[in-house]
Amino acid sequence: MPSLIDMRRRIRAVKSTQQITKAMKTVAASKLRRAQERITGARPFAQLMLGVLNSLATRVDPALHPLLAAPADRPPAPTLLVVVTADKGLCGSFNSSLLRRAGTYVADADREVALGLVGRKGRDFFVRRGFDVRYEDINVFTNLRYTHAQAVARAAIGEFTSGAARDVYLLYNEFKSVLQQRVVVERLLPIPRLEDDSAAAAEALAGHLFEPTPAEIFDELLPRHVETQLFRALLESAAAEHAARMTAMDAATRNAGEMIDQLTLYMNKMRQATITRELIEVVSGAEAL
Amino acid sequence: MELPSALSFELVTPERSIVHESVDEVQIPGSQGYLGVLPGHTPLLTTLQVGELWFRRGAERSFVSVAFGFAEILPDRVTVLAQIAERAEAIDVDRAEEARRRARERLAGSTANVDFERARVALLKSLVRLQVASHARIRPPAGL
Repeated sequence: MPSLIDMRRRIRAVKSTQQITKAMKTVAASKLRRAQERITGARPFAQLMLGVLNSLATRVDPALHPLLAAPADRPPAPTLLVVVTADKGLCGSFNSSLLRRAGTYVADADREVALGLVGRKGRDFFVRRGFDVRYEDINVFTNLRYTHAQAVARAAIGEFTSGAARDVYLLYNEFKSVLQQRVVVERLLPIPRLEDDSAAAAEALAGHLFEPTPAEIFDELLPRHVETQLFRALLESAAAEHAARMTAMDAATRNAGEMIDQLTLYMNKMRQATITRELIEVVSGAEAL
Repeated sequence: MELPSALSFELVTPERSIVHESVDEVQIPGSQGYLGVLPGHTPLLTTLQVGELWFRRGAERSFVSVAFGFAEILPDRVTVLAQIAERAEAIDVDRAEEARRRARERLAGSTANVDFERARVALLKSLVRLQVASHARIRPPAGL
């Protein structure tokens, strides 16, 4: 049976853990707010970009551009799966559910899968297991910039155009709400065909001038589109990570509280039992006299 | 056809929206040269170069340095998607000076492994930023 002093020590330990989880929760909450603002800030660009892309697609034959090639025309190379994980742990099932999904994706794919990894957790996991890793980048989430997305996009486009990858998919945690993250798989390359409301768009563009030619603008626009997609995915993942950590740390704080309550109750019972026993000893000692 | 009386001007970067307001005139650094846009402009889609963009509302002009991206111009609307954009007030002059100095050095050094194109663009960007920043400084302070 643990002594009273042991119990007190144990409660103190749980309390200090609780303080840490509480602090982490507060930090995650404030980081989450900033990450959410950044997503909101990045949204108009992506939307306008899509608008321009859509209107251009009606003027240029999309089949001409390599980034739009139909999957059937691609060389029989592995699929490149870009996995966006967090750099840090202690965020609930954020990383593990993502890695599990990546694992099933690799197992279920009907061809080989190469990996592009963003985030330390994913890198450690896959590099240790000897996967075919084409690209890796860590420590991007402390100070996430558009250039990070550009670097990933450049690598992905490089693998794709050189024929080293048949297609490129993106796996990341989408930020649905503070309480909910969703693991999503999206095709990044070849760029999925755009929604076909071309008649209206063509009409709107009938009188457009282009500087330089539509084809040249298209050439520049498509890689930018890939970058924007990646940037959005990274921002989503960053926000989702903070949300997951906040929820996990909130639960941990609550569990620590419950544990403290139980331990305190047990300790009090123990103390009471000791007092009672000592009283009995005194009384029965007095009777014996 | 009646001409619209103002332009709804929107300037966004991948990071955030920089400007979103109604203006009278915009000048855009298009890849084929600067172009001024007044309400009622012919629809136009152009890529951007590194340069100085300004927009005017009444008599007040605001300057922004932009680099790369696209602009879509419609009779009553101008949308600029820039990779990089900084309002004149937000430009850090010391940093731009420093960038210019470094780019100059790199261009002057004639070693083979210098990426001249990158250095040239870096120099151009720093020069534009300095120029844009100078406009912010000569503007009279608010209230005058």
